Amino acid sequence: MKHSGSRSPRHPGHLTRRSLLASAALLITTGGTRARVVTKVLPWDPNEAYPVVPVKPGGYLFFSAAEAAAVDAIVDRLIPTDELGPGAKDSGVTTFIDRQLMGPFGGHDWLYMQGPFAAAPLPSQGLQSSLTPRQQYRQGLAALESYCKTSFGGRDFVQLNADEQDKLLAGMEKGEVTLPNFSSKMLFAAIHANTLEGYFADPIYGGNRDMAGWKLVGFPGVRYDYRDVIEKPNQAYTLPPVGMQGRPAWGAR
Amino acid sequence: MVRRLPRKDVVIVGLGWTGSILAYELSRTGLEVVAIERGPWRDTATDFNIGTAPDELRYAVRHDIFLRPKQETLTMRNNPSQTALPIRKWGSFLPGNGVGGAGVHWNGQTWRFLPDDFRIRSHMLERYGEGIFPENHHIQDWPVSYDELEPYYDKFEYLAGISGKAGNVKGRIQPGGNPFEGARDRDYPTPPMRQGYAQELFTKAASGLGLHPFPRPSANISVAYTNPYGCSMAPCTYCGFCERFGCANYSKASPQTCVLPVLVRQPTFEARTECEVTKVNLAGDGKTATGVTYVDAAGEEWEQPADVVLVCAYALFNVRLLLLSGIGKPYDPASNEGVVGRNYAYQTGSGSTAFFEDAKFNSFAAAGSLGVAADDYNSDNFDHGPHGFVGGASITSAHTNGRPIQFHPTPQGTPNWGSQWKKAVRDTYQRVTSVGAQGSVMSYRNNYLDLDPTYKDPLGRPLMRMTFDYQDNERKMANWMADRCDEVAKAMGAKTTQVNRLVGPWSVVPYQSTHNTGGAVMGSDPKTSVLNRYLQSWDVSNVFVMGASAFPQNAGYNPTGTVGALTYWSLDAIKKYLKSPGPLVQL
Repeated sequence: MKHSGSRSPRHPGHLTRRSLLASAALLITTGGTRARVVTKVLPWDPNEAYPVVPVKPGGYLFFSAAEAAAVDAIVDRLIPTDELGPGAKDSGVTTFIDRQLMGPFGGHDWLYMQGPFAAAPLPSQGLQSSLTPRQQYRQGLAALESYCKTSFGGRDFVQLNADEQDKLLAGMEKGEVTLPNFSSKMLFAAIHANTLEGYFADPIYGGNRDMAGWKLVGFPGVRYDYRDVIEKPNQAYTLPPVGMQGRPAWGAR
Repeated sequence: MVRRLPRKDVVIVGLGWTGSILAYELSRTGLEVVAIERGPWRDTATDFNIGTAPDELRYAVRHDIFLRPKQETLTMRNNPSQTALPIRKWGSFLPGNGVGGAGVHWNGQTWRFLPDDFRIRSHMLERYGEGIFPENHHIQDWPVSYDELEPYYDKFEYLAGISGKAGNVKGRIQPGGNPFEGARDRDYPTPPMRQGYAQELFTKAASGLGLHPFPRPSANISVAYTNPYGCSMAPCTYCGFCERFGCANYSKASPQTCVLPVLVRQPTFEARTECEVTKVNLAGDGKTATGVTYVDAAGEEWEQPADVVLVCAYALFNVRLLLLSGIGKPYDPASNEGVVGRNYAYQTGSGSTAFFEDAKFNSFAAAGSLGVAADDYNSDNFDHGPHGFVGGASITSAHTNGRPIQFHPTPQGTPNWGSQWKKAVRDTYQRVTSVGAQGSVMSYRNNYLDLDPTYKDPLGRPLMRMTFDYQDNERKMANWMADRCDEVAKAMGAKTTQVNRLVGPWSVVPYQSTHNTGGAVMGSDPKTSVLNRYLQSWDVSNVFVMGASAFPQNAGYNPTGTVGALTYWSLDAIKKYLKSPGPLVQL
């Protein structure tokens, strides 16, 4: 019998190896029940069963060219390139967000999305919107574009100068800007959260290029063994960061 | 149509810490044991592989190994006058899923509760009188004492290889340990972890203030260790990927490292994963369980008959399964009657963030239970008379990680973005530490669990509804503790500090603690407890319920040590029950 997989596959499309594992030795049926049955031997196999597929930069899968340009401009203000090093745009954060939106995060696939959705939830009740991240970006960016064109004499966000952009973003952060049919606060919160994620996540996801975010703070990445550091309290850590795919000095991947 | 499978001696619901320990101990006696787990099978090499395990985005932010709210969540509100809404995305707490359960993704702080914690009601009454208790409280003594549990704490600590320093061996206070702890028979199985620079400063400062700091007991172990089952663990490398992650180093105690390798070799044991138990089935008299019903990965329903049902899911889901199965009378706060869902409690967090002029805390070199604590303000180790609250907290200096998506603190007043933010993040990362207070939460009439009238899971069963808020007693306690933390932070040499108080209603948004307790509490009186002192259901004597759902209220500690001890304590009783079935406590 073929392994039927879990009811909510963790990484749709990447079940092959785990399924193979299961069908080779482990899927024993007990009177027909479709369970994965483990008995008498510990099921394991070298290497990760659901490895992350590295993001290949280049082009956009979710964003249109105009949306990508707007996101580029926004994240460039949220974490600017300055004397301290590359910012979000120059670290690939727009690509990071684009690819995240295409995955389970973009559809809130793992969240509880059944209604009814309350009109006036308590702040303590957290996320209560029916809008997925994909919908938030698509509708929110369109609303921002329309707002800019109306309020700034036909210019869109990309065409505003840095001061105008900062002022607008500050207003959106506080929810003081009224976009047509979309919460400016929600759009700001989504982009802000995803920008931090992309800037500091492992470079395998497309952001944090050259580990710019990690270098900014001095996070060494995934070295996974700091016994030497714990032996030397209050001393600077000097080795360069390493990501899940190594680091550039080890050769291109 | 539900199809019936061949009978087993024991069916276990959920294969985490408690389920795996019971499965091993019972199957090794020759009993036929089946464990039914709704999540996937998980193993170190395949699921927490070293090449992919240290992935903050995937595990810490996107919650890859946690229960998916889509599969099951709860609804929540702060008080009974409000309408509960579903927790659509986990925040305040993170329930586990799959083989290993929350024992996969925990930090590993493995405490014993103090002797006074087990008789808190009697003790506080004797020392302070009835007036010390908060309004509408449900504080009650545990039906077991510390001395009764001591050998079982010992068993769990030796199973998990806990690294620590004893403070009280057979009544003799040990230098460097916690002088407030209950007497233990012997020291921890492995020596304490190495500590970082912040802990060095904390130890000096706290000692200077008259406190008694000690390295906290850790399931991220300091040296290689082989446990009494024959499972081996490797020394912790301080990688800083513990909570929210599986350990790729075999260094964090979990069912995977400590139990499963020997459990699966038991010929009478079988695990069925990706199967969700929907109900414990009862015989016509309502007093005997006949087994469980579950839904498999294809959506088919099956009945698994068994002589004994061990409910070993996460605390919250134990309570829901009892409610859905009709075992025990559901609690009703209006009449203050019923027991299932009663005495839900949680944990407080408060403290002080400390910014230093010049320091390199290297917080990325860390482990989930690396840290130094002082128990001078925990339980009743200090005079509560002047303060007017019940409970206490452990005061701790710890670094569990330096993972930058979620750890990039800035001083108050820093903008949330832009070049100023970027500079503040860079300047602060190495120079910030904190002193925290993890505190107790008492039980109250209006903090409880029941079934939601509106929202359902994908199988059409009602979600559980959580009604909870911190009460004045907890706010008073936590905020007093925050000031104590701030004193220590200042004494450590911080240039500036920020006091973090418990303000506003409890919110599901920021992460706080996955220490959800109560709802199926153990006790001496069936009117105020679901389980007797052996974790046996008062109503259905072949059902035993493990986990922190049994805590009558929560202490100022992480729950897992006590959950482990209670499991071994109950195991002895289950064995007794198997020889001579029936209620183990006669009224």
